[in-house]
Amino acid sequence: MTRRRVLFLVALLVLLLGGLSWFLSRAGSHVGHSHQSGEAHATGAPAARRGGKSITDTGIEWPSREKIWRTVSLADYNTRIVFAGVTALGAAGGLVGTFLLLRKRSLLSDTVSHCTLPGIAMAFLIGESMGLSGRSLPLLLTGASITGALGMLAVAAIRAKSRIKDDAALAIVLSVFFGLGIALLVVIQHLPTGNAAGLNQFIYGKAASMTADDAQLILLASLTLAMICAALFKEFKLLCFDTDFARTQGWPAVALDLALMGLVVAVTVIGLQAVGLLLVVALLIIPAAAARFWSHRLGVTILLAMTIGATAGLVGVAASALFPKLPAGAVIVLAAVVCFAVSFVFGARRGLLVRWLEQRGVATRVARQHLLRAIYEWCESHAHNRHADPLHLLEQPVPVADLSAANDWSEGRATRLLRLGSSEGLLAWTPGSKTSHLTARGKLEARRVTRNHRLWETYLLHYADVAPPHIHHNADQIEHVIEPDIVNELEELLAGGEGRVLVPADPEKPVPAMRGART
Amino acid sequence: MHTAETTPLLLAVRDLNVAYQSKVVVWDADFDAPFGQLVAIVGPNGAGKSTLIKAALGLVPIASGSVRFFGLPYAEVRHRVAYVPQRESVDWDFPVSAVDVVAMGLYRRLGWCLPVRRRELDLARAALVKVGLADYASRQISQLSGGQQQRVFLARALAQDADLYLMDEPFASVDAATERAIVEVLRELRASGRTVVCVHHDLPTVPEYFDHVALLNMRVVAQGPVSSTFTAENLRKTYGARLTLLEEAAQAVERARVSLQHREER
Repeated sequence: MTRRRVLFLVALLVLLLGGLSWFLSRAGSHVGHSHQSGEAHATGAPAARRGGKSITDTGIEWPSREKIWRTVSLADYNTRIVFAGVTALGAAGGLVGTFLLLRKRSLLSDTVSHCTLPGIAMAFLIGESMGLSGRSLPLLLTGASITGALGMLAVAAIRAKSRIKDDAALAIVLSVFFGLGIALLVVIQHLPTGNAAGLNQFIYGKAASMTADDAQLILLASLTLAMICAALFKEFKLLCFDTDFARTQGWPAVALDLALMGLVVAVTVIGLQAVGLLLVVALLIIPAAAARFWSHRLGVTILLAMTIGATAGLVGVAASALFPKLPAGAVIVLAAVVCFAVSFVFGARRGLLVRWLEQRGVATRVARQHLLRAIYEWCESHAHNRHADPLHLLEQPVPVADLSAANDWSEGRATRLLRLGSSEGLLAWTPGSKTSHLTARGKLEARRVTRNHRLWETYLLHYADVAPPHIHHNADQIEHVIEPDIVNELEELLAGGEGRVLVPADPEKPVPAMRGART
Repeated sequence: MHTAETTPLLLAVRDLNVAYQSKVVVWDADFDAPFGQLVAIVGPNGAGKSTLIKAALGLVPIASGSVRFFGLPYAEVRHRVAYVPQRESVDWDFPVSAVDVVAMGLYRRLGWCLPVRRRELDLARAALVKVGLADYASRQISQLSGGQQQRVFLARALAQDADLYLMDEPFASVDAATERAIVEVLRELRASGRTVVCVHHDLPTVPEYFDHVALLNMRVVAQGPVSSTFTAENLRKTYGARLTLLEEAAQAVERARVSLQHREER
């Protein structure tokens, strides 16, 4: 853990410091470069070219080879700025989002992002009335932070002081603040000096309009967030896992909670410009949710979430640089969703594919066990002498028709099962033959399976109230899960039971490992 | 370390009242935990057993009354008290391993911002060994059975090395192996001079596992040594006139008598 954590910290710092220094050195060499503020073009293509297009022109414009090369090699200053800013934003989103997801407050980030709108509008109004430029980004983001934090506190207050449930509190705060923001935007549009067009970018996002200062702000904010998360890693982990325990240990749970939510507000605010308040929730939740499919370790999950977030940012910016008609914010989110979909299907820990393979493995195992038990039981009931050598008992050739009749198998099912058994070398059977008999390995396995099944059956009968819920009764050898003395007790119960067949003896030799027998 | 003479009562609850909204859950409760004993808090469902412990630890607000640990407010003696919450109180799908959870018991000692180091991990592993989970240290907690999860919580409390342990239903729906492991740990704690207070739901095992018992139904109906307090009369007062429960209680009392006799004979 110690080494992992140090690695985690170092990786974080190297990643972010490296990014920062690289960015600053590049930015420094471009001092004096004219910033195309407001409507700057991500690709650096002449604005006139785009301005000359008709608005009815909706055809896709494929990028030239030169343009692709310029984008990939980061030849354009503006592209570099946007890349650096959005990548840092994606990583910060993944980092804070993992804690938010584990705190089970995902929707809070959506509420917070909507709550920033009235702050932006009010900051604009205040800036204009004081004769400053209403479009100064630090001013607008300060306003956004204030109302975002207010919205978050409002949710917390409603939750604590009333009987209104969490989801309702989120919906109320979201709609009230967002409504207020929209109303203020309309007011701004009707001002003689005002022009709200620039503020709309905060709703839908406009990564391309990012300036060097904006990107620097995002980088610094991300770095600060990363340092805070690294410093409070164990505190946040404890808070998210077991708040009550944290409180009994004297940790200020409320303050830690507020700190974590403060980080959420910070990510939301720095993400407003790039992806917009409608979609910033995706940057927080989707990378974290995707990463959760790959790991059971918190540190690894966080690093993966940061990587996924940063990658999504890169892909989004690249796509919108190559296709100026694509909005970067939406493409970033879509790229994150692709990562999520891939993780959902292929995730190593809880992905769909892994679970499906597991299920198929279980189905095969169950089928094999059915077959062996059916054969064992047939042999048992057709034995002339019950106390004969158990291995001798299983010598008899078993009529396939009898097996099918006793177990209600269709002809197809019986054939499938027998084919499975013979392919695994458990029994001798050729298609079309009327009987089958167990091989040496099959005999041992049949006894093991039958014994295990009967012991489990008895266990569940006698210990139904305490049976652990996580055990796969079909998969687990009873001795591996249940204490030996309970197994002994079960064996005695089985042996003494009236009318019950004795439990087959424990096979003396360990059964050779079977493919897929245990996972 | 205080001795039995200086602090006979590790936990003293006086006139405790707790209410959720307008519903009173604990009413004028007086409760004492004597030094070096295994103490059970028993009572019917909804009697306020867990609430009593949570209120004592400051997890739910108290309407009135006082709670003293070692004669002091809880905030001053947190390091001497360990709490084992109910297993259902957390999400076991959380991405941490068993040893990570146990190490959480040492966070307080570590202090702010410092990471868990080898020393803490060794202590956490040692605690896992005590509850019989040595081989499960790096297992993700969702892959443990319910009983094993309960033992992880117990190990976290053991890692705290406290003088007083408050446990909320440690025996709730655990397998036989876990129940034995927990009883073993409780007895070791008692042998080393620690005091354990358990919220307990299973009447028949009270005389076997515990020395001291508090019968709770909103208020403390009776408390004292199991031999004198765990009587049919007191159980009737606690559980009311519910027939099935009375039947169960009567059997429990009978078994208690027998097992106490056994103990004396030994």
